[in-house]
Amino acid sequence: MNETLKYVYEVDGSDFMSAGVASADVKKNLKMLGFSGDLIKKVSIAMYEGEINMVIHANGGIATVEVSDDCVSIVLADKGPGIEDIELAMSEGYSTAPDRIRALGFGAGMGLPNMKKYCDEFKIETELGVGTTVYMKVYNS
Amino acid sequence: MRIKDVASVLSAEILCRSDLAETEVKSACGSDMMSDVLAYVKDHAVLLTGLVNPQVVRTAEMMDMKCIVFVRGKNPSEQIISLAEEAGIVLMRSSYRMYTSCGLLYASGLKNEGNDTV
Ligand SMILES: Nc1ncnc2c1ncn2[C@@H]1O[C@H](COP(=O)(O)OP(=O)(O)OP(=O)(O)O)[C@@H](O)[C@H]1O
Ligand SMILES: [Mg+2]
Repeated sequence: MNETLKYVYEVDGSDFMSAGVASADVKKNLKMLGFSGDLIKKVSIAMYEGEINMVIHANGGIATVEVSDDCVSIVLADKGPGIEDIELAMSEGYSTAPDRIRALGFGAGMGLPNMKKYCDEFKIETELGVGTTVYMKVYNS
Repeated sequence: MRIKDVASVLSAEILCRSDLAETEVKSACGSDMMSDVLAYVKDHAVLLTGLVNPQVVRTAEMMDMKCIVFVRGKNPSEQIISLAEEAGIVLMRSSYRMYTSCGLLYASGLKNEGNDTV
């Protein structure tokens, strides 16, 4: 593979049940392209956590994934409420998820720290009332 | 043990992908919080859960798990079953509760050697 492959997904914020479709598709594509199981798992977990966050906290958004031989880059952009205190949001156990989401098995406040753990580069840009964009990169080592 | 042995220990009914029942599994985890599974689970092949929604299958898929056991006799929908079919994950249902299910599997030798503290 010489050129960069680009995948763009619209993540539906109104349907929790179908969340994860984009991450599952990326996983399938990376498998087909012959990437290592280790890289695929890191990308899958980080992107899935981010995709779920877009659905439960931001009413959906756009996921853009670029794949080259040496790196997978994921950008998750939403027009949700934004994050007031990134440092607080990044700490393990902090969650504003309502009980309705907890009953579905999410909202332990582990997603953002987990995304950071599995990525080689991780950055959040956010503005209250405007939206949040998460940038993640996983290198193919 | 093999996935079919998990089913027999738990007197469980296999709901899909019985073609993969010969697959060997070496470790398991039990949780109703998918957030915790995503954050703490490492190379565990079997997920026992009382939670029934499509994100359980998605979570297992992302974690490369091979088998999901719905405990307490929980009944997954057609949508959940077809997701698992596509992902190549064996689903089964046991009438035992979570504690008993985990205990039975552990006592039958499904121990998470060297992989059980956070
Ligand atoms: N895209 C987003 N838009 C707005 N707020 C967000 C977004 N992503 C995360 N947050 C905020 O950051 C908090 C922490 O996020 P994190 O993913 O760590 O935990 P969670 O989603 O609440 O629970 P978990 O990920 O364990 O299921 C969230 O509860 C929410 O307040
Ligand atoms: Mg989250």
